[in-house]
Amino acid sequence: MDHIDLLETKNRELRTRKPLCLRVCMAAGCMSSNGQAVKDSLEKEIRAAGLADQVEVRRVGCLRLCCEGPLVASDPKGELYQKVTPDDAHAVVAALKNGNGELKRGDLQHPFFSRQMSIVLENSGVVDPERIESYIAADGYQALHHALMEMEPKDVVDTVFRSGLRGRGGAGYPTGLKWSTVAKTSGDRKFVVCNADEGDPGAFMDRSVLESDPQRVLEGMAIAAYAVGATQGYIYVRAEYPLAIARLNTAIRQAKQLGLLGGGIFESGFTFNVEIRIGAGAFVCGEETALLASVEGRRGTPRPRPPFPAESGLWGMPTLINNVETFANVPPILRRGAEWFAGIGTQQSKGTKVFALAGKIQRTGLIEVPMGMPLRTIVEEIGGGAPEGNQIKAVQTGGPSGGCIPANELDTPVDYESLVRLGSIMGSGGMIVMDQSTDMVDVARFFMGFCMDESCGKCIPCRAGTVQMHALLEKILKGQATLRDLQRLEELCDMVKNTSLCGLGQTAPNPVLSTLRFFREEYLHRLRSLPISPGIPILPNGSHHGPPVAEAAKT
Amino acid sequence: METQAATSPETVPSKTEKHPSGDSRFRILEVFAKRHGCRQDALIEILHKAQELFGFLDEGLLLFIARTLKLPPSRVFGVATFYHHFTLTPQGEHTCVVCMGTACYVKGADRLLATVEKASGIKAGETTSDAKLSLLTARCIGACGIAPAVVYDGEVTPRQTPQAVTERIKAWLNHGSH
Repeated sequence: MDHIDLLETKNRELRTRKPLCLRVCMAAGCMSSNGQAVKDSLEKEIRAAGLADQVEVRRVGCLRLCCEGPLVASDPKGELYQKVTPDDAHAVVAALKNGNGELKRGDLQHPFFSRQMSIVLENSGVVDPERIESYIAADGYQALHHALMEMEPKDVVDTVFRSGLRGRGGAGYPTGLKWSTVAKTSGDRKFVVCNADEGDPGAFMDRSVLESDPQRVLEGMAIAAYAVGATQGYIYVRAEYPLAIARLNTAIRQAKQLGLLGGGIFESGFTFNVEIRIGAGAFVCGEETALLASVEGRRGTPRPRPPFPAESGLWGMPTLINNVETFANVPPILRRGAEWFAGIGTQQSKGTKVFALAGKIQRTGLIEVPMGMPLRTIVEEIGGGAPEGNQIKAVQTGGPSGGCIPANELDTPVDYESLVRLGSIMGSGGMIVMDQSTDMVDVARFFMGFCMDESCGKCIPCRAGTVQMHALLEKILKGQATLRDLQRLEELCDMVKNTSLCGLGQTAPNPVLSTLRFFREEYLHRLRSLPISPGIPILPNGSHHGPPVAEAAKT
Repeated sequence: METQAATSPETVPSKTEKHPSGDSRFRILEVFAKRHGCRQDALIEILHKAQELFGFLDEGLLLFIARTLKLPPSRVFGVATFYHHFTLTPQGEHTCVVCMGTACYVKGADRLLATVEKASGIKAGETTSDAKLSLLTARCIGACGIAPAVVYDGEVTPRQTPQAVTERIKAWLNHGSH
């Protein structure tokens, strides 16, 4: 394929499009709410109405408002139908012809949609994730062509560097800097690895990107490979995401068929192959050195850094590891320029960030907002606040490595540095809203239980420390702890944070530290030596009142 | 994830006994391994395939994989026991996976789990003695927008309540036992 073929594919796709289109969300959320049956029913209805040559029923990725699924969008009317059932097909098709059937119409002017800004998700809910032509019609692979034909590898690295893009996996390391390290390091072979082991509980951004727009990730990886001099790529996906794996497989096959992956891409000398590696349920494999061990077919245990994977990664070769969302940002940066991207966001944090908004909030789903937007705008305007008139108590970001930001800090802008100042982290983008009924000590215990189970066992501070911290949190929850136990918990937090081998252990105390910082009274009220608070009753048997703790304590 | 040996070996006969005399699944696995060039770094891929074919990984199967890839058995056992996804004990006819991710948890996943445990009489990670049901928990299935979610036999089901899970579980457990 050359540039003319690419444009021809694009034009053919646009030319053959039917005037009307129903976009049916076929990402995992809507699929589990009967999305496939809705699509089948719509297709049947359109055939029955004799509209098959006028209306396209397109399978698309995430339409974002997951809580109202299954979702169907109607073009060019610009309507969104929510909680669509297969029986609604008649009304949806009637609405195409200005009928006024009984349908639950979504408000596209609501801040949930109007305050969002799409870069990573620009094709999500628009293109058919199982047809490469659909991606090409949305200017797909133009950035790769531009890079291969008109740019030197070092110019690509420079463009990414100037864009200010930082790693979207959590730590926020400058992407351009990482690329330049791999590019400068010499090796017989080099590798590009996409970290799609989205392990944080409460996070589904990467899953959505892979299910909605897999070609974008492949294009981003191919550009990266050209920039750093790699020929082989791996995508490490969790086994828990079967739909994402299936769509990636389809995407790789189609890209190979068109000569956009494999040998001599765009008839240049550039070769790049991609293989999928399926994870097997180990949270620690999100850590880059553990992930590399797993790609090599070994136990996913981390190793000390340096050497960093950029110098010595897969089989000792220079290896670039970036997260799904980071790669997804690359094609638009090359298409629209580093300056455009650098103009979005804050001084230190450029571009947008995708968040998975969930928990005790009215509107749950997938959102993409410019960096620096206050948390309040996200949870109160976009998310619509807590349901049933409840008050938001805290927002948890960063998963088990992050922290709980209290309601009185909601005016904090969402960028890497501000969240760290509050004892949390940006993380990969999970954002769980908690209301008054959420017990913060129980939340800390929940995350510590997670880290305890997921500790790989290689280093002692993490292996033993998480068990001890978990036991202390249990003791506090049961109302059996003393002030001395609380001190010991804080000492252990400090020790585990400073002496663990990898990020899992180093950040495991964060949920405890942040809840201690902002909700200390909830811990203190449970200590044995202090008077019992009227708000948090202690039962005669010493257990905390209420189902979450009482039942979880047994397990 | 804990994998307790809750079931007696009789409930699901060991698949390895038929080998080498003719269980065709070994042949399928071998072909799969060859397609990966019997490369040692494909171990996890091959374990995935083996579990898909056999339902679980027993000792004979792991030894077979070790021989096929020319790896020490310790390495194969080490990898198979490290990852939660792999199970070394037979699973029940039905599986119920309660998602315990943060979004599901703050929306009452722990109560759902307790409900299933009560209805089935087993704990997470166990299989009922009649091999009808295996109860598992997941760290997060990424279905946070429709929390709390439960996966019944591979099918993600949104917004579950204690009543809904009880109905599903009871229907499975009572089915066929007159």
